Amino acid sequence: MLKRTPLFEVYRTYEGAKLIDFGGWELPVNFSSGIIAEHMAVRENAGLFDVSHMGEVTVEGETSEAFLNWLLPNNVKGMQENQCLYSPMCYPDGGVVDDLLVYKYNRSKYLLVINASNVEKDYKWITEENEWVKKESNLPKFENLSTSMSSVAFQGPKSTEYLAEMVGKEVNDIKFFYFRDDLKINGLDCIISRTGYTGEVGYEIYVDEKDAPALWSYILETTKDKGVLPIGLGARDTLRFESKLPLYGHELTKDITPLEANLGYFIDLENDDFCGKDSLVKQKQNGIPRSLRGCEMVDKGIPREGYKVFLDGNEVGHVTSGTKSPMLNKFCGLVLIKRDLGLKLGDEIQIDIKGKLKAAKLVKTPFYKNI
Amino acid sequence: MNIPGDLKYTEGHEWVRVEGNVGYVGITDHAQHELGDIVYVELPEIDTEIESKEEATNIESVKAAAPVYSPVSGKIVKINEDLEDNSELMNTDAYGAYIFAVEMSDLSELDSLMDADAYKEFLEKE
Repeated sequence: MLKRTPLFEVYRTYEGAKLIDFGGWELPVNFSSGIIAEHMAVRENAGLFDVSHMGEVTVEGETSEAFLNWLLPNNVKGMQENQCLYSPMCYPDGGVVDDLLVYKYNRSKYLLVINASNVEKDYKWITEENEWVKKESNLPKFENLSTSMSSVAFQGPKSTEYLAEMVGKEVNDIKFFYFRDDLKINGLDCIISRTGYTGEVGYEIYVDEKDAPALWSYILETTKDKGVLPIGLGARDTLRFESKLPLYGHELTKDITPLEANLGYFIDLENDDFCGKDSLVKQKQNGIPRSLRGCEMVDKGIPREGYKVFLDGNEVGHVTSGTKSPMLNKFCGLVLIKRDLGLKLGDEIQIDIKGKLKAAKLVKTPFYKNI
Repeated sequence: MNIPGDLKYTEGHEWVRVEGNVGYVGITDHAQHELGDIVYVELPEIDTEIESKEEATNIESVKAAAPVYSPVSGKIVKINEDLEDNSELMNTDAYGAYIFAVEMSDLSELDSLMDADAYKEFLEKE
């Protein structure tokens, strides 16, 4: 039996909504407009996503800051109240458990937002399996709110303007990667963060699961005349792809370190000891083996996940994600390839597409950048 | 769902339009709807000999690739080059956008394909 979010009953009635199995969740891959139209709506206007399948875990108690600062490679200690932080979460060997957002209420209260497909694994890792919780006696209190908390993402260049009409002008003052938990939308208590997974200005809005249908319908009805569309997982993937935002299971796995995925910006090797630090420091000193690069097809074809990458007849890596970029109208891929090849932008690689080697060239990433 | 009466259909949601001994092959309105936005059509090579039910080519939507099987045996004599740069025709004009045409070597194969009524019934059961 597939899991469903509280919004399932709302959009199952929409004509043209196509529902698929996404890691055990029955979710819309697209609504009636189709993936490309939905993608363009978010790039040019605004769109609303159901992201209630994402997991939420609270960490509370006086040791919360110390614990999270050890658990995560990014600098939790440096966070301000009401700030959000993106961080991978690593195993001691530097491989990735998951990537997540940290919301800081204060030094004794945090909210972690984790990937839907990893909720059980992450919760076990965070609360039982890591060295810190095994060793320390004064542990923070953990709570898995993944089912009781729902969320939507409202994303696009017009999202601030539309949201301010619904919430008030306070929305304009929420800075990038900050949140407010004292605002209401149509009387519903919510957490609003200026975060997202599209490469556009946007917001993620968290409510109690019972309020999710009312929130969803209110936002769509209020903005219907402005061309705001509901957006499915298909466009969520093409949008994050164009912006080179990693997707766990593709660009990040237990076998890919954040340094290989070129996420060094989110790894604070100067910070106190953290889980995976020794391995990552060593990897940086000894040379990072692989690099996540972007390519654009020269020959025709779509580079899909898992396809092998070649250079002068030698296998040098694989495709982690690939699709046709709706903004560039080109076939593009993210490739994880050996770092020491000395390749520059514009250099050619070959991708094995169904047994035929097709030429592609390295290009600048993100493929598309608006903000 | 649009199902023209003058075509033959397969369980894999391909259609064939017969003109003399040539069969034009495309995918049905149902198939394009299931696939979503089609962004790439790999065209087969002209003069390829192909068997019925053999994979002739691939079409790719934003999310995934889907094989297209030839409903009939014979030689590929024509390909629809318009699709190279306008793959969206597969979505907007499913029955106009043939992918390839086969000079059929065995016209009796057509008897094993579904007519519009049978295909409609097949879709309802699927």
